[in-house]
Amino acid sequence: MNKDKFDYFIKGEKNQYEVIIGLEVHAQVSSNSKLFSGSATKFGAEPNSQVSLIDSAFPGMLPVINKECINQAIRTGLGLNAKINNYSVFDRKNYFYADLPQGYQISQYKNPIVGEGKVLLDMPYGSKEIGIERLHLEQDAGKSIHDIDPSNTFVDLNRSGIALMEIVSKPDLRSPEEVNAYIKKLRTIMRYLGTCDGNMQEGSLRADVNVSVRKVGDKKYGTRCEIKNVNSIKFMQMAIEYEARRQVELIDKGKEISQETRLFDVKKNETRSMRSKEDAHDYRYFPDPDLLPLNFDKKLVEDLKKSLPELPDKKKERFIKDYGLNSYEANVLVSEKEISDYYEEAAKASDQKLAATWMMGDLFAMLNDKGLDISKSPISAKNLAELVQSIKSGEISGRIAKEVFEIMIVSGENPRKIIDTKGMKQQSDPKELEKMINEIINKNKDKVTQYKAGKEKLFGFFVGQVMKISGGKANPQLVNEILKKLLKG
Amino acid sequence: MSELTKKNLSEIIDLIKNKDIKSEELTQLYINKITKSKKLNAYITTCFDHATQESKKFDKNPNFNSLLPGIPLAVKDLFCTDGFKTTAGSKMLENFIPNYESTVTENIWKEGAILLGKLNCDEYAMGSSNETSYFGNVINPIAENTVPGGSSGGSASALAAELTPATIGTDTGGSIRQPASFTGTVGLKPTYGLCSRWGIVAFASSLDQAGPMTKSVKDCSIMLEAMAGFDKKDSTSIEKKKENYSKNLKTNIKGLKIGIPKEYRVENMPKEIDELWNKGKNILKDLGANLIDISLPHTKYALPTYYIVAPAEASSNLARYDGVKYGFRSSKGKDLIEMYENTRSEGFGDEVKRRILIGTYVLSSGYYDAYYLKAQKVRQLIKKDFDQNFGKVDAILTPSTPSSAFKIGEKANDPISMYLNDIFTVPVNLAGLPAISVPAGLDKKGYPLGLQLIGKTLDEQRILNIAFAFEKNCDFKNEVENWWS
Repeated sequence: MNKDKFDYFIKGEKNQYEVIIGLEVHAQVSSNSKLFSGSATKFGAEPNSQVSLIDSAFPGMLPVINKECINQAIRTGLGLNAKINNYSVFDRKNYFYADLPQGYQISQYKNPIVGEGKVLLDMPYGSKEIGIERLHLEQDAGKSIHDIDPSNTFVDLNRSGIALMEIVSKPDLRSPEEVNAYIKKLRTIMRYLGTCDGNMQEGSLRADVNVSVRKVGDKKYGTRCEIKNVNSIKFMQMAIEYEARRQVELIDKGKEISQETRLFDVKKNETRSMRSKEDAHDYRYFPDPDLLPLNFDKKLVEDLKKSLPELPDKKKERFIKDYGLNSYEANVLVSEKEISDYYEEAAKASDQKLAATWMMGDLFAMLNDKGLDISKSPISAKNLAELVQSIKSGEISGRIAKEVFEIMIVSGENPRKIIDTKGMKQQSDPKELEKMINEIINKNKDKVTQYKAGKEKLFGFFVGQVMKISGGKANPQLVNEILKKLLKG
Repeated sequence: MSELTKKNLSEIIDLIKNKDIKSEELTQLYINKITKSKKLNAYITTCFDHATQESKKFDKNPNFNSLLPGIPLAVKDLFCTDGFKTTAGSKMLENFIPNYESTVTENIWKEGAILLGKLNCDEYAMGSSNETSYFGNVINPIAENTVPGGSSGGSASALAAELTPATIGTDTGGSIRQPASFTGTVGLKPTYGLCSRWGIVAFASSLDQAGPMTKSVKDCSIMLEAMAGFDKKDSTSIEKKKENYSKNLKTNIKGLKIGIPKEYRVENMPKEIDELWNKGKNILKDLGANLIDISLPHTKYALPTYYIVAPAEASSNLARYDGVKYGFRSSKGKDLIEMYENTRSEGFGDEVKRRILIGTYVLSSGYYDAYYLKAQKVRQLIKKDFDQNFGKVDAILTPSTPSSAFKIGEKANDPISMYLNDIFTVPVNLAGLPAISVPAGLDKKGYPLGLQLIGKTLDEQRILNIAFAFEKNCDFKNEVENWWS
């Protein structure tokens, strides 16, 4: 794909096709208890250990809304620059399944808590706005486990009743790359807000993907298919690529695309029909009579707005302005709140640009290598700042700095202490260096002659000799200057 | 001593408080009587050991300051009772034992009452004659082969037959007031939200409301006081402070304006009902109340509206009875879907199935707007009818039912005529208002008939007062002869 301009098109026999994608992201609300009961929500607990009578739908049990989940949905709505609806309604979505104890899911249908909003994506070809259609709250279902017993299905209701936010995008996405950027952006925003941990391995973030294709230049949308419950960005991308190609092939063969729900088979890398539009469930939505409509005053929204943290888009602007970063650097450094905090701490105590370079280079490589989050970094922001300062002041060279960095990873020690105790300080005394360089020139008269005759490549040889003799501690800049001067003479 | 069970709850409470009788003796009287009255089939479950034990406990350490000191009571089998079978009159829950207690029953135990047993009712409270119960018909003690009404038929029968000094029922479309009328007892449906729904097997959530069934209006006020109260576990519960209905009960109703709605004079209504209504009007007039003719123009839409809203909610509320978690599960079926189908086919009776089908239909896409949505709109109009008239009047007087108790089997195969029984009670549930049925007279067969007083939202005290005054001046005697034991 050309990085400078957008052109994710699928080639058909005669025409090029554009891919239209809309996502319904299910994000698990970060809260200690479930949407309508007091049960805990911890991931990975013993099966059926976090289940109340309400979650398992015992006779006479009634739901009571958890206010914290409402606040979290409003915060998320504000983070998505969306309209907050002071009036919303919880509806019942009726269907039978073994892991749906009530026989219905409490969701929001006609009146969601959050209305239209938008999210900005930074793509290589510029920034792109993705519309948000709505965000609503709903209960998660339990989990059916089919592979423990050959003839029985087991049901774990720990997840039953946990609050989800369904975030529905407009069909504004046009490529797997944009989907990747969109999901990551949503995740970043929600993690900044603390409203969803965005942990895809634990199922905190999943999506239904709507895909259709149309001839490049056409205005009318094609018939879409919905791919259900995809739980990683990679699988979403694979599913979209497969599905778009499948639809184009159908069109090429002169066949109709039928609106249907499909499943993505990870092993075979293909989507499969799950049910057609005709077989679609009739969910018989109606307002849940056990719950009053949700009404809150503007003040709640105002108060929550005031308590919101600085969000990534704002922070990025500030990083560019205050720390002189370029857009790419700023993007990377605001991608996680913890990363941006780390960076700010380091940047304030050292050279801002150099700190960014070190973080995005050596630090990230090390964390990646060790599979660590920045919060678990063996090198603190303060220590990285001191290391950067030591380079900036000329105390150590970049090469030595890398050695110090390696020691810091293991010991977690302060870089100054490492430099001092191991005598790694850079040799920056011009007289000392001149003496050393003169000795080298005297020992290598033949090479000097060749250099003067035009073999300028040999300059590197002399630098290497200086570094070898100085144990790498010679200040490279000074070495360059002095060498040039003395070799001329 | 068997005369003792003839007494009203308030009199029995006084006997206990004056130490004229011990809780244990009282409990034993009822146990003996219940044991001899199996023919009425009012009880599904008895808890005699529990009741005896609790009554002894009470006698050892009595608290005479509670509302229901050491009083043994049976409750409709729709209230979940911790450790005791709660069937909702259905095969589906034949062996279901909750490990939790409904808020309303918890409230009355806290006031000193003791659980005697669980009373028969229509399956999931769907019925007007108690004939839909999986546990068989209940017989009205007023005459052999008559129904006690429904759905709280077991409660009404047990009360009239002196098998419990008072009881509680639930009322979704008349299920307290109609059986009260059929058995010559008092029944009150409180304002929606006054009594918590937590722990009551749900029929139609926006209509269900628990209420007292008693032999007198005073008893009714005591029971309501014990049952009512805000419950944060029920989102539709009304947050307000507790009232002393029994203490504030008074007979002076001079100057009160009583509305007489012309729409309640329905076609083909027996003359007796009309005469009874007139009798009621005259009594209230003699007591100094002003009768005012009013119109509730949307009354005729109440029954069809009810039979859309209630089944719609029921179809969803009953989805949880699927054989997966608790209750009945069919042993037939090769996969999940077949297990569902067989469980629900075998576990539910015909009336329940009928309403699930109706409810599923009216909520289906393509029909939702024409039925459910429209019914919700009409429901608002019915509520508005009442709201507008309550500017002019303090309460409304109507008959409770269009007929007296009918014969078992008489309407069993004619659901429409069965549904028509609720014609005067249903509008009240749709509007969420309080209403009480008080016995007012007998028809020519000698079967009791009741009148209904409808009040403003949370105006229970006023309709209790009017009913109290009415009761004192009506000289109604419910002569139930014991023919069954």
